[in-house]
Amino acid sequence: MMKSALTIAILLLASVVTACLFANFLTSSTYAHQFRDIPDSPPSHQHLLGTDDLGRDRFSRVLYGTRVSLLLAPAAALLSSLLAAVIGGIAGFAGGWTTRLVMAITDLFLSLPWLLLLITVRALMPLNVSPITSVIITFALLGCLGWAAAARVVCADARSLAQSDFVLLARASGAGGFRLLFRHVLPNLRPILFAQFWISVPVFILTEANLGILGLGVAEPLPSWGSLLRELENYSSLTAGPWQFVPLVLLIAVVSCFQIVLHKQELPV
Amino acid sequence: MKKIFSLIVRLVCVLFVAAIAVGQTSNELRFCVKADPKTLNPLQVADDASETVRYLTGGVLLRVNRLTQEAEPELATSWKVTDGGKTITFKLRDGLHFSDGTPFSADDVAYTVQQLMDPALHSPTGDSFRSGEGKVLTSVAKGDRITITFPAPVAGLDKLFDQVAIMSARSPQKEKAVLGPYYLADWKAGSYLLLKRNPNYWKQDAAGHRLPLIDTVRIDVQQNRDTEMLRLLRGEIHFINSVDPESFDKLASENAAVVHDAGVSLDAEFMWFNQASKSPLPAYKQKWFHSTNFRRAISESINRADLARIAFRGHAQPGVGPISPANKVWFNTNLHAHPFDQRSALQRLAQDGFRLQDGKLRDSDGHNVEFSIMTNSGNKNRERMATMIQQDLSGIGITVNVVSLDFPSLIERMTRTFDYEACLLGLLNNDLDPNSQMNVWLSSADDHQWNPNEKTPETAWEAEIDKLMHAQAATLDLQKRKQYIDRLQQIAWEQEPFIYLVNRNALSAVSPSVQNAHPVVLRPQVYWNVDELSLRSEVASAK
Repeated sequence: MMKSALTIAILLLASVVTACLFANFLTSSTYAHQFRDIPDSPPSHQHLLGTDDLGRDRFSRVLYGTRVSLLLAPAAALLSSLLAAVIGGIAGFAGGWTTRLVMAITDLFLSLPWLLLLITVRALMPLNVSPITSVIITFALLGCLGWAAAARVVCADARSLAQSDFVLLARASGAGGFRLLFRHVLPNLRPILFAQFWISVPVFILTEANLGILGLGVAEPLPSWGSLLRELENYSSLTAGPWQFVPLVLLIAVVSCFQIVLHKQELPV
Repeated sequence: MKKIFSLIVRLVCVLFVAAIAVGQTSNELRFCVKADPKTLNPLQVADDASETVRYLTGGVLLRVNRLTQEAEPELATSWKVTDGGKTITFKLRDGLHFSDGTPFSADDVAYTVQQLMDPALHSPTGDSFRSGEGKVLTSVAKGDRITITFPAPVAGLDKLFDQVAIMSARSPQKEKAVLGPYYLADWKAGSYLLLKRNPNYWKQDAAGHRLPLIDTVRIDVQQNRDTEMLRLLRGEIHFINSVDPESFDKLASENAAVVHDAGVSLDAEFMWFNQASKSPLPAYKQKWFHSTNFRRAISESINRADLARIAFRGHAQPGVGPISPANKVWFNTNLHAHPFDQRSALQRLAQDGFRLQDGKLRDSDGHNVEFSIMTNSGNKNRERMATMIQQDLSGIGITVNVVSLDFPSLIERMTRTFDYEACLLGLLNNDLDPNSQMNVWLSSADDHQWNPNEKTPETAWEAEIDKLMHAQAATLDLQKRKQYIDRLQQIAWEQEPFIYLVNRNALSAVSPSVQNAHPVVLRPQVYWNVDELSLRSEVASAK
């Protein structure tokens, strides 16, 4: 049962990634072009999922939005996992006051209200940046701010590794601090970093969606799941056409698939 | 024993049903405000909820009829403006009492005016009357006449008294003693306000019935607009004063009889370029934004008809200038919205040395023309407009980056750091008299957004606007004032420091159970004639 679920999840993720990578070939119009004569139109041959309130092809926007969210969320997750590896690894390996200091900073970071922090940092950024740059900035911010929880986990694991027999043996054999850290400790943190990476991906996708709903995510006209979900934020969405729910269904499906894959990854940890 | 128990249960059920029936048929008008009123002092009103309470409870000397836009007698039976707009004399109605029974007299008017003009009170309503340094003098004659003299002429003096709710000088209840149709009976913060009919209200209808016709008004505090709409559809509230275009269409699809589009309102949506000398923008961009040709070209490249049709779902009209066509007295009818004409725009740009190369517009020094438009996040209509402008301007090779910012950050950039290129915002306008726009058009003003607080006017046309604003404020002659304001509109149309995009329509929703409701474009759109509103029984209206 678990195996078939995993297969379906991987297949679905693969097909979604493929579709958004080849979006140029699958859509007849760009995500930004406004067909102003037909705003809010239902599905047709020209527009498979209809058009949005500005007359933009919704199918095209879903594919490009998926590309943005699915490519950049893992990139942000990779950045935060690397930061967590470095900060948590050093804190756990060094021990003593270094651990206490780094973990205190981590706790402080965890206690900050993320969303407000993101809004503040976003407001301080230069205004005249292209949509592509804005999306990279948004996800880079997510990556830079999302390391703290993972760093705690990594630190705990690094501490137990630092006290393990094989590290003691390596130390007795004359291995220095850097060699111990990079040759013996960090490679053994790989499974936990891998798990943290997979946990972060759906978290970042949802955070970007939240920012998008607040109107602070990816700049227009570039689509993302967050900006696509804004169509559903008010009362009128209760009676919206089913095609308008495609971004929501896709988000739920992809995040669920990530969770299934993640569960599989967690097993050997 | 069982019989007695059964009887009690039946009795309770009957009472319960009767209580519900009474609740449903009671003569209570219900609607929502977004937040609690910040003050009950009618002179310190600055927010929407407080304004609502002031309108429903406050007695004023004269009232601007929201339908005809003319001033009509209320507590004063007549008035006369003299001394070049410095003095106004009111003749007051006899035998009136405040809601607590305290008699009304000219002393109350004098007390209110002194309070209003007290600098220590910082009354936003009083600011409209401040025309010069010096004291405001009041003199009472014959008990029913009061003369108020201001240190300098006040433009549109009489109509400003529409906002001044008269307070009692002697009542122990202070501001809770009122002369309007209702008084505040109960207030549960964060939940509701209950207004009851003022037993001493002086007005009667043509048939001699005492007004208001509705006994109580319940104002629920409801922040979520979607919930407000659902409550209207469920019959829990009777109207929504202002509805956004999306909700309007949604309500219209469910019950077309509920919605009212009163036509174009006083509210305007516009954008402007940052021309502030303190701004950290590069010199070449400042040069673009200071160019009239550049601003006119941008204006001509924006399809306003599309903005009105798509961003506002047809419930808006292309913007013309600082005075909305809804303002019957002051709008300059010779002006029309700038046409969508990108060829003309390119010709204007060519005059300034801009040229189109490979689909990109470049200035005479070879810089690509690219700028950002910031707007406040969460306002869908503005975000839609900005995105549409982005596509329109790409038609003349200009790259526009749309940035949504939270409101405090936006204000910070607008008023302190001046670190922005263009801004798209709107203006809620309550006042018909253009004198209220003094704080925007005077070059020395804080709200002169494209270049605030100029020490001296930096351009000839700004100097001319300054003169016109001062001249219109210094005369009582309506024709002369109209000429000055027409000229101001002409300059604003030609120079476009603000690029007016659309004027929104006044949209509202009213339950069919409310009778005599005639929604208008001026605030408060639905309940401006609250003392004449009545309620049909819920059962009858449901049928």
